Amino acid sequence: MTGLVGALVEAWDELRLHKLRVLLALIGVAAAVMAITAVTAVVQMLTQAYTEAGERSMGRQVTITIDAYPRSEQAAPASELDATYAVALERYGITWATRDWYTSVPFRFPDGTRQVEVRAVDPDLGTMQRVGVDEGRWFTDADVDSYAPRLVVNDVFLESLGAGGLESHPTVLLGDETPVRAVIVGVTARRWPGEMASAIVLYDQLTRWYTPETSDGWGQPVPSLKVWVPPEAADDLAPLLRRDVAAVLPGWDVQAYDNRDTGTGALDGAARWVAFGVGAFALLLGGLGLVNIALVTVRHRIREIGIRRSFGATSGRIFFGVLMESVVATAVAGLVGVVLAVAVIKNVPVDTLFGGGIQDRPPFPVSAALVGMACATGVGALAGLIPATVAVRVKVIDAIRY
Amino acid sequence: MTVLDLLDTPQGGVPDDPGEAPPVVELRAAERQFPGEPPVHALYPADLQVRAGEYLSVVGPSGSGKSTLLNLLGLLDRPSDGEYLLDGIPTARAGERDRAALRARHIGFVFQAFHLLPHRTVLENVLLATIYSGVPRAERRDRAVAALDRVGLSHRLDFRPTVLSGGERQRTAVARAVVSQPRVLLADEPTGNLDSESSSAVLELFDELHAGGLTLLVITHEDDVSSRAQRRVRITDGHLREIA
Repeated sequence: MTGLVGALVEAWDELRLHKLRVLLALIGVAAAVMAITAVTAVVQMLTQAYTEAGERSMGRQVTITIDAYPRSEQAAPASELDATYAVALERYGITWATRDWYTSVPFRFPDGTRQVEVRAVDPDLGTMQRVGVDEGRWFTDADVDSYAPRLVVNDVFLESLGAGGLESHPTVLLGDETPVRAVIVGVTARRWPGEMASAIVLYDQLTRWYTPETSDGWGQPVPSLKVWVPPEAADDLAPLLRRDVAAVLPGWDVQAYDNRDTGTGALDGAARWVAFGVGAFALLLGGLGLVNIALVTVRHRIREIGIRRSFGATSGRIFFGVLMESVVATAVAGLVGVVLAVAVIKNVPVDTLFGGGIQDRPPFPVSAALVGMACATGVGALAGLIPATVAVRVKVIDAIRY
Repeated sequence: MTVLDLLDTPQGGVPDDPGEAPPVVELRAAERQFPGEPPVHALYPADLQVRAGEYLSVVGPSGSGKSTLLNLLGLLDRPSDGEYLLDGIPTARAGERDRAALRARHIGFVFQAFHLLPHRTVLENVLLATIYSGVPRAERRDRAVAALDRVGLSHRLDFRPTVLSGGERQRTAVARAVVSQPRVLLADEPTGNLDSESSSAVLELFDELHAGGLTLLVITHEDDVSSRAQRRVRITDGHLREIA
């Protein structure tokens, strides 16, 4: 242990004395480690952005969806569906769940009453599908009990209403014969050009005015149930939920499916291989430069090696010393590379380059930094082998002759 | 008594009768032959005993085999035949690791060209020898400072060798050679690169070390350097013989 510490101290001492050559030798290694670490971090962000995009449309992993459609016009009414959903959630201890019902609802705009695409949900949907609200807020549990329905609308809806923003606390009449005044609490951005007006409303509030039986035919006949569950529970829960719902809906076709096939594994794997390839190539170049300079340096230090041998340094110690110089140098370079990568990733808005919208920005990949450091140290050890071997072969008598 | 103790011993510490001291250096029919066509006999079978506290000089012209002898005595080379005992330890067939350990603990070198590390300070150069000789880390600096103080260079600790005079460089080399308390000091043409004043200073330092009880073996081709030793041997064409 003392010998190792001594060798490390000696190696550091040598590096301190030869700053310029060390600097020249290590620029490539530091750049390579920086590339490995930074690219890995960027890949993680790209993966996260892709994951979040998927979660906005399909829900977080794993989301089970229960859909029901009548097999014929004689199918039983779905009057017990909501109660069945509630019992099932309680029975299986499911904490994240939402009903999700695409339908249409009449709203009174300044230019008249129009049917608008409406999504009736529970507050949990905001988290389960990462619903982004550009202005205002998403629903809270307290909204369920408020008398006036709360709405989250897209900006097309708001423009149709003639409201500039939420500062004016815009409201809109929801319904036709017995309308209720709904309060707009949040606004989402339009997702594509030409998007129509749409709104999201809490399911329990909407059904005071529109129940599945009173739907005008657009959208689903009954709401879906979406639950967000741990992956290990998904296989067991899906058939149980399907069975419970089918039991109260005779004559209905009930399906349960999850979103596990929509993961990001392929992207993740491919991007990691690209990052690995780029980093490995950069490290190879850096390592070759290091070998080159280390070889020249050893030839310049032949006399010094001879002197050390004459004062009792063993060939093993000389070998280990030269090797450790390379290892310590590349470890330092690796550290510099990691620091630079952290600085870049933390200060450059990488997530916005992916179109923005990353809610859960992944932390800096410590594993990537450790891998980068390990690779740098490994390259240092490999690059040090050749000059260390050359150093051991130095003949003491020749080295100190003149 | 350690060599540093000996360094501080007043003149007059030479053993009264070196002939009774055990040999530190002993060649028994040691020879060195370099293979080739024809083979070169650099050192013919030679017997030599240098006892503790002796000051021996080896004189001879260029090409006579002085450096070959020094390399053998310094464990930098092995005899083709015969045996070399250092402090009673047979070395001819010792492994590389053992020979390195013997070099570190028993031998101090002083070279004609000083062989100081130019990027290191004077103190660091002296410390170099302590790294390999097993001197505890906590003692190294004190020993090095003491050695440099003894050779009169305590004011040059943080200087680079490149800014020192030749005499100062050689005194630094002497401090480096004795800092690990070797059994024998091997000097190879120690005044070869020095002016007369610096040469005198170095030779006086050798006299002081000898007076302190250190065993010295100086290889030279200069008679005035050789004459400082209490005992002289001559090497001519690889043949070693005592000078009366």
